[in-house]
Formats: sequence, C-alpha cells, structure tokens
Amino acid sequence: MRSVKALAVAVLSLLSACSVAFAAEQPKQGGILRMYHRDSPGSASILEGATYSVNIPFMPVFNNLVIYDQNKPQNSMDDIVPDLADSWAWSTDNKTLTFKLHQGVKWHDGKPFTSADVKCTFDMLMGKSPQKLRQNPRKSWYEQVEEVTTNGDYEASFHLKRPQPALLALLASGYSPIYPCHVSPAEMRTHPIGTGPFKFVEFKINESIKLTRNPDYWKKGLPHLDGIEFTIIPDRSTAVLAFIAGKFDMTFPTEVTVPLMKDVKAQDPKAICDFEPTNVATNIIVNSTAPPFNDADIRHAMALSLDRKAFIQIMFEGQGDIGGTMLPPPNGVWGMPKEMLETIPGYGPDIEANRAEARKLMEKAGYGPNKHLQVKVATRNIAVYRDPAVILIDQLKSIYIDAELDVVDTAQWFPKIARKDYALGLNLTGNAVDDPDQSFYENYSCGSERNYTNYCNKDIEKLFDQQSVETDVAKRRKLVWEIDKQLQEDVARPIIFHGRGGTCWQPYVKGVTVMVNSSYNGYRYEDVWLDK
Amino acid sequence: MFAYIVRRLALMLVTLIGISIIIFVLLRIVPGNIVDILFDAAGYVDPADKANLQRDLGLDQPIAVQYLHWIWGLLHGDLGYSYVSEKPALDEILPRIPITARLAALALTFSASIGIPLGVLSAVRQGTRLDYALRLVSLSGLSLPSFWLGLLILMASVSLFGTMPIYNPHPKTWTEAIAIYCVPAMAVGFRSAALTMRITRSSMLEVLRQDYIRTARAKGASERSVNFRHALKNAILPVITVIGIEAAFLIGGLIVTETVFNIPGVARFLVEALRWRDYPIVQNLVMLIALVVVLANFTVDMLYAVIDPRIRYTD
Repeated sequence: MRSVKALAVAVLSLLSACSVAFAAEQPKQGGILRMYHRDSPGSASILEGATYSVNIPFMPVFNNLVIYDQNKPQNSMDDIVPDLADSWAWSTDNKTLTFKLHQGVKWHDGKPFTSADVKCTFDMLMGKSPQKLRQNPRKSWYEQVEEVTTNGDYEASFHLKRPQPALLALLASGYSPIYPCHVSPAEMRTHPIGTGPFKFVEFKINESIKLTRNPDYWKKGLPHLDGIEFTIIPDRSTAVLAFIAGKFDMTFPTEVTVPLMKDVKAQDPKAICDFEPTNVATNIIVNSTAPPFNDADIRHAMALSLDRKAFIQIMFEGQGDIGGTMLPPPNGVWGMPKEMLETIPGYGPDIEANRAEARKLMEKAGYGPNKHLQVKVATRNIAVYRDPAVILIDQLKSIYIDAELDVVDTAQWFPKIARKDYALGLNLTGNAVDDPDQSFYENYSCGSERNYTNYCNKDIEKLFDQQSVETDVAKRRKLVWEIDKQLQEDVARPIIFHGRGGTCWQPYVKGVTVMVNSSYNGYRYEDVWLDK
Repeated sequence: MFAYIVRRLALMLVTLIGISIIIFVLLRIVPGNIVDILFDAAGYVDPADKANLQRDLGLDQPIAVQYLHWIWGLLHGDLGYSYVSEKPALDEILPRIPITARLAALALTFSASIGIPLGVLSAVRQGTRLDYALRLVSLSGLSLPSFWLGLLILMASVSLFGTMPIYNPHPKTWTEAIAIYCVPAMAVGFRSAALTMRITRSSMLEVLRQDYIRTARAKGASERSVNFRHALKNAILPVITVIGIEAAFLIGGLIVTETVFNIPGVARFLVEALRWRDYPIVQNLVMLIALVVVLANFTVDMLYAVIDPRIRYTD
C-alpha cells in the first residue's frame, strides 16, 4: 500500500513538474523588445542593402518564400522551412523550381499578396523590371535564373539555365524578402511594406527604428511581441553600458566584443551571452597585376608567414576559427576538415618552419636581411579592419617585408581597390549564406564585381559549375573542399581567420536563436517573447 | 552706432557668402561622394548604375551650377533633400535644432555660472589653499577630453545607481528629464567653465591692482562691493569674449558628447551626414553653425558697448 502511495506521489510530482515546466515555456503575449542598433542604416530596403545593419531591423517586416528554421542555430539545406510558400518541388530535370504559395496573405497596407509579387521581386533583382533598385548587390545570385513565371495567383516557378540546387539556400536568406509590386523601390527605402509579423512604424535617422505587431499576421498566434524598438547608439561603450543599466533587453546581435562581454558578465551576471561565428572572414587581398606581388613566390611567402592562431588570440582571446574560404566545421557546413586544411602551405602547425620556407622564397625573389621589401597594407579606417592589419604588418617583418599601414576612408576604399591602387590590402568578406555558390561565384569568379583581386582561373571556374549542379550533397562537399584547397594554394585571397561576435540578452527574453554560420538570416523575431 | 551696426550686418552677409563657397567647394574636394559610399557598402560597382544615381542626385552637373542651385533654393527656403533619408533636409534638421540648442544653452549657463564666481573667488583669495584647489580643478577641466569625462560619468552612474542618463525623448520622471540634459551639459561645459574660471581669475587679478580699486576701498566700499561692482564689472569684458568664442567652439564638444550620451542633436547628425557625404545636410548645417557663430560674435560686440560705456561705436 505504502509503495502504491509513493508511486502515486512520484507520478503526481512528475506531472506537476512537467506542467510547471510546460507552463514556463508557454510563450506570453505582449511587451516591446528593446534593442540598440550599432549604426543608422542607409535605408530600410533589404534588397538594396549589403549589411546586416539593414537586415536586423527590417527582416521582421517581411516574409521570404522559404526561410532557414529560425530556431536552429546552423543554416543548412535540411533546415529550410516554408514561409510564404507552403511547399516547393523541383522538376525532374532539376531546372524548374515551383512554389505553391500560401493563400489569404495580405500586405501591411491591406492589399492581397499573390504570385505577381514574387515575379516582380525577382524580375527587379534580375534587372528585368521597369522599376529599378538604386543598388542591386545580389544580382549575381540569380545568374542562373532564366525567368520567373506564374501560374494563377498562388504558384510561381523559377526556370533555370542549368540545375542549381543551392538556389533554395539563397532564397532562404534574410537577404531574399518578397517585395510588393505596388510599392516603388524608393518608397521601400523609407517606408517598407511587407507581409511579415511586424509593421514598420518609423525610422528616424541616427535616432530610432520602431516596429509594431501586425495584428493580421497570417501565421496565427504570432508574433508574441507587441513591437520592437531599436535605439541607434553608434558608441559601443555607451550601448553596452545602457544594456547593463537595463535600458535594453538585448544587444545588437554579434556586436559585443570579448572584453565588453566580460564587462557584461561582471556587472550583469544574469545576462545570457553567446559568442558565435559570424561567417565573416578576415582576408588579404593582393594586387597580383603589379610588382612586387605579381611574383608568385612573394605571394606564397606572404601566405606562409601567417600565424593565424596569434591573430585569433589577440583579436578574440582564442575564440575564432581557422579555415579556408568556407566556414570550417562544426559550425560551417562546407568547410574543409582540419586534417585537409593542415596540408595547405601556411596552415601547418609549425609556424617557424613555414616562415623559414617563406624566407627562402623571398631570398629567391631577391630580398633578404639586408634588403627588405617595402609595401603598404591598405585597409579601411575601421577598428575591425585596422587591428588585424597591424598584426599582419608585424608578422610580415619575419619574412623581410617592411609594411606600412595605409588607412583608407570608407568612401575611398572601393574606388581605390577598383583602381588597383594598392599592393596589399586587408579585407573582410561576409557570407550571407553558408553555401559555396554564394561564396565562390561572388568572390572568385572571373569578372565578378566582388572579385576584388580579379583572380581568374578557368579550370577552377569549371569546378565551380560542377559543384553547383551537383545534387548529391556528399559528392558536392568533396568538390567544394578541393576547390577551397586550390583557392588557398593559389593565394587567391588568403583567409586569415573567421571571426566571432557576441550577443547578450536578459534571461526574460525567450526564443532567441543566434545563428552560427551566418549573421544575416536569423532576425524574423516572430517566435521571440518576453517572460515578464 | 547705427552705421556701425549696418556695417557689421553687411560684413556678416559677406562672411556667410564666403563660408558658403568654401564649404561647398571643400565638400566636393573631399574624395568620395554618397554614390561611392552607397556602392562601397554594397561591395560592388556597376559604372552604369553609378552614373544613373549620380545623375538622379544632380552630382553630374558642374560645381558652379550645383552651387547656384543650392543658393537659389536656400533663398527660397528650400534646403534640398537628404541623399540618405530622401526626405526634405529642413524636415531632418529642424527637429534636431532645439535638442542641441537646449544642450548648448545649458552648457554655456553652467560654464558661466560656475566659471565666473569661482574665478572671482580664486582671484580674491589668491595664494590660499582654496585658490590652489580651484586652479587644480580648472586645469583638470582643460585637460580632460569631454568624451572621456562623459564616459566616466556614465560608468559611475551605472555602477553607483544602476542606471544612466542617456537620451530618452519621453522621460518618465522630471528627474530623468533633468538628468538627460543637465549631465551631458555639465560634461561638455566643464572645459568651458574651467577656461572661464581661468580668464576671470587673471582678468580680476589685473583689475584688483588698479588705482580705482584702491580708491574704492579708501572710500570705505565693502569687499563685496569692491569685488563685484567695481572689479568684476571691469574684468568681465575678456570673459565675455571668451564665452562668445566658446559658444562657437562648443559644437566640437557637443559632437562627442552627443555621441557618448546618445543625444540625437545637430552635432552628431552633422558627423553622420559627413560620413555619408550627404551634401544637402552638411552644407546647410554648416551654414547654420556659421550663422550662429557670426551672430554670437555680433552679440558679443554689442554687449561690449552695453557693459562698458567707454566703448560706444561712434560713426
């Protein structure tokens, strides 16, 4: 009898514990999420932007056709979920991707969403529509799309020139929202209209951005928040102090540095902080069309001189990643394994041996202890660019290169690079999508606008296409590794490290997921709620 | 006096025209424009797209045409459109003026109300411990950069009170309303107060040695009357000059203070507009600042005549 009673008590306790746990995790409705923003974005138009300063505040205004699961930290093809499209299917020849659209969706101004809006958006992105975007930085993403057609109001098809399985990954990015046909690109820059969980209220330049709950959101029960308010605070110290003082519920994502995160933890121990890869690679750009770096030996010597661990130690107190073009595992989906990476010259663990080899190459090119090579390292006048450039200059000394820092105003950076008015530069390359199609074509393809170094290798170009059409993921991954290895060996754009950034939030903010292989895709905020 | 005022006003007009030309030309000499920045942020450059945007913004026209277009608009109350927000420049600038004006007025009030009395005190107690202490305070005021002082105030405020006085357009309590303006005003006005204190002290020391001060004392005037009625009245002219100049220099201090305390005023807006090479905003704001400086100088000159009867601008 006693054992039966004990069992009943145990079962009841378990049930009540479960119900408490269940109740605790039941999202609460209401409340305004207060965040700070690191700077004043140039406009509210995601399609025209090329920085996550635009994505973070405005992604909640929109929907995509498909989206990366907002509750999973790693973006992968397996975690792409429906958004405005209820379902999708590839044709048997893998050249047509058809989406069945959700019915009954309305734009924030009350007009109905139809397949015509999908066609309009992608026609505009492909430069085929009469309405032009002021800037179109991701036109190359849709290079393989022949046309977008509609079949009735709720079906849209992408017809490709050749199979490209990665198209779905590109469409799932925070950079791929659907725009309304009836609103001009100019209006979208100042007053965006979307179908998303939050409606745009106002954007005061240099001051604040306000969003309010969309009461007619087509996903029932969402969003949980009444609104989101971003206060623009460009001064990082002030912003973090304001978070500690309780003025904000959450910091700007991935903007908290290691020392500032220590401050947060020391002064606000309850705060939850996450330090994750941003899929932004710090790399060297080399002008290989002019002396001295037209000499392959000097380029290789420079790549051999890098002590990547030292960079990571100084910049992130050891919390960074070494890899090739693609973000390394476990956070990256396509990066080379460590064993393969270490076979690439300059990636081996014995730095001194690498540098001894580099010095031999320099001596072969005519330089030595008594004749140093004098160069300038050009970089933007921003701390995240300047700091690693200073470390690079120090490391180059070990191979007879005396480099001088040449800080360039942001307005002049790209024109200078485009003019080839540099020998060596330090650059940051952000990957919006952890997919080789985005990275390879954008940064290494012959003639690509973002291929700053004009690296052009027709053989590797064929491999780009080969991996792009490959539908077998395992086969594609092997191809990607080979390409990435080749790019590093060619010193196309030597990757120094993959950086990380911190995000902090108060414990009552629930449903926050910091993505680990992209800092552009995880800001829909429809699942976020406040437990207070 | 009337002729002097008319002459001064005419000179002010010439100065403002000169400034408008210098600003306009300098802005265009600085490498890069909004189009470069927008395309730089996008990380790519398509010459055709760039040329289109340049044409849309009127940046392809000769500089003289652009200048005349701006001045013509200015004379008609049309300040143009912000390249970034695509809203009328006037709508962007106007709401920010009261914020900065309030802050600047508070900073100047703080500077004068602290600097002048302490400067007098330091002079009349010359060589005492109090004088040394006040001189130390004034020296630290001159040496501490206002952004650093601002940051220290914020850090101290967070660790002592668990809150901080950063800008909030809708303060919940009157204490918060006072704090969000007064604390930054004190941070930016501290340097100015220190300078005013030093100038007041040295000017007072010079005046206190004059014969008429001795005469006033010999006539039995109280110390208070000697110091404030006789000495300070004569010592105040250089102090007014300094406060006038400080009013002009204040904008530099306000840029960093508005950034540290996150105040959406004109000064921070100017820096942001410069970063984007938002010409309509920058050139109109600089003209506004130039107008304020020119008017401040004019006011100081007029105050000379009011305060010192010996100075009357005769025709």
